[in-house]
Amino acid sequence: MALTPAITDVEQLKGHPAVARLVAWNASAVEEVKFDREEMTIYVERGSIREACVQLKEDPACPFDFLSDVTCVDWYPREPRFDVVYHLLSIPRKERVRLKVRLNSSSPVVESLTPVWPGANYFEREVFDLFGIRFSGHPYLRRILMPEDWEGHPLRKDYPVEGYR
Amino acid sequence: MNPTPVLEPAQDRTMILNMGPQHPSTHGVLRVLLEIDGETVVRLMPDIGFLHTGIEKTCEAKFYQQVVPLTDRIDYLCPMTNNLCYVLAVEKLLGLEIPPKAQWLRVLLNELTRINSHLVWLGTHALDIGAMTVFLYCFREREEVLKLFEAVSGQRMMTSYFRVGGVALEPPLGFFDRVRDFAGYFPEKVDEYENLLTGNPIWMMRTKGVARMTAEDAIALGATGPTLRGSGVDIDLRRDMPYSSYEKFQFKVPVSQEGDVFARYMCRVQELRESIGIVRQALDGMPEGPIKADAPHVVLPDREKMKTQMESLIYHFKIITEGFQVPAGEVYQAVESPRGEMGYYIVSDGTAKPYRVHMRSACFANLQTLAKMCEGRLLADVVAAIGSIDIVLGEIDR
Repeated sequence: MALTPAITDVEQLKGHPAVARLVAWNASAVEEVKFDREEMTIYVERGSIREACVQLKEDPACPFDFLSDVTCVDWYPREPRFDVVYHLLSIPRKERVRLKVRLNSSSPVVESLTPVWPGANYFEREVFDLFGIRFSGHPYLRRILMPEDWEGHPLRKDYPVEGYR
Repeated sequence: MNPTPVLEPAQDRTMILNMGPQHPSTHGVLRVLLEIDGETVVRLMPDIGFLHTGIEKTCEAKFYQQVVPLTDRIDYLCPMTNNLCYVLAVEKLLGLEIPPKAQWLRVLLNELTRINSHLVWLGTHALDIGAMTVFLYCFREREEVLKLFEAVSGQRMMTSYFRVGGVALEPPLGFFDRVRDFAGYFPEKVDEYENLLTGNPIWMMRTKGVARMTAEDAIALGATGPTLRGSGVDIDLRRDMPYSSYEKFQFKVPVSQEGDVFARYMCRVQELRESIGIVRQALDGMPEGPIKADAPHVVLPDREKMKTQMESLIYHFKIITEGFQVPAGEVYQAVESPRGEMGYYIVSDGTAKPYRVHMRSACFANLQTLAKMCEGRLLADVVAAIGSIDIVLGEIDR
């Protein structure tokens, strides 16, 4: 199982159902694709994430009907600073795909997926709590793990391991 | 801003009831806010975070091998499953090949872990509903499993037995005989639990038709594991997306259609029987060979070699002091934990410490189904519903 270099060419990766579906729907919403370590990553343009998820969910050939996970990676001091990461699973076809949205530190806002999957609720609250990403259209965007009156967002890279004080 | 979430009653006739965080049926520190109209639950809101320890942040400051003991602590009922998920993710990042014996040992111990976790669930769930005896019986058998863990890893609960590249040590002499002995008598014990519960009229009244959830709701809310299979969705990552040689084992995936507390109970009890079947297969087919991958820059050398060979000593020193570097990239590895899909998302930037470790915990998503199960139902059924989701707060809060 030696490592092979990642494939980043859209044309080569069109065999994957998620890539095929999204490129056929709106090729300009797909910023970049990457196939690395047997896992498919698709960078989706920030304004299209919710619609892209609807497209994948309603794909008749391979419906990505299950939202496994939502999380975030802080690449401070790079800009765009945040990658919001979604892991989708197709229960009928047993396929996974990872969607990513890049966000600037000046306006870390992205559409909420709660209208598509109500289960996104807790995951997005957690990302809001620990990274300070805001999800527009979320029904109850409040802190979930940290106390309500906590200052700062602990999983950001500029948040010290020892805390602020 | 208010320091804790507050529910306001929507109507004059309803009132707010606070349950937990020290309520005995909340299995730890879950707080549930309930709006009730008489005995009927109108709204339900879980409040979590009491056990938040920032493990994901801590991981970023540790070497890859130092994260393994942290993974035990997020879910203290199935440490081996978390160990496995983490080491599989790091091995995928490294592109390491794991020898068959280590893979089979991992399967064997994972199924024992599943039995351990399900026994605690069954005992406490029955205790919540009022069946005291089952609790004592379950903990009697769990004690045996913990002794097996102690024999193999030196620890009863926080095992940390798996390593990146294999397992820590050869199992002690006679270990497999003890496991075989346990596997021999355990099915009878499951019959014993079932005799006490499955046909018991009180148990059936408290569980059948209670806290129903449809398959569509379960999928939409992100439920996994027995919570999802109890609603009739046939998915088990061990069978459908196999890892660590699970494709070489034969087992059935129990699915129930009703979607109530009883259906989830039946799923887990049958899983106990299937797990012991996998344990037997692992014992019968245990391959010979090394228990660690041939990767000296990642796997610590044997004690004996370290004391006699210069090169091994150097590798040992380097791994301990500088860790091992992992090629840049990212992976998401999911395993079927006793509670559902346990996933590790690890991002590496090419150094010896993970850039980001995210744990997708099954209970965190499963807990969202609680409101769906309980709203419009009786207050007393909330206890049964919480038990049937099988929550572990350490994993939810991380």
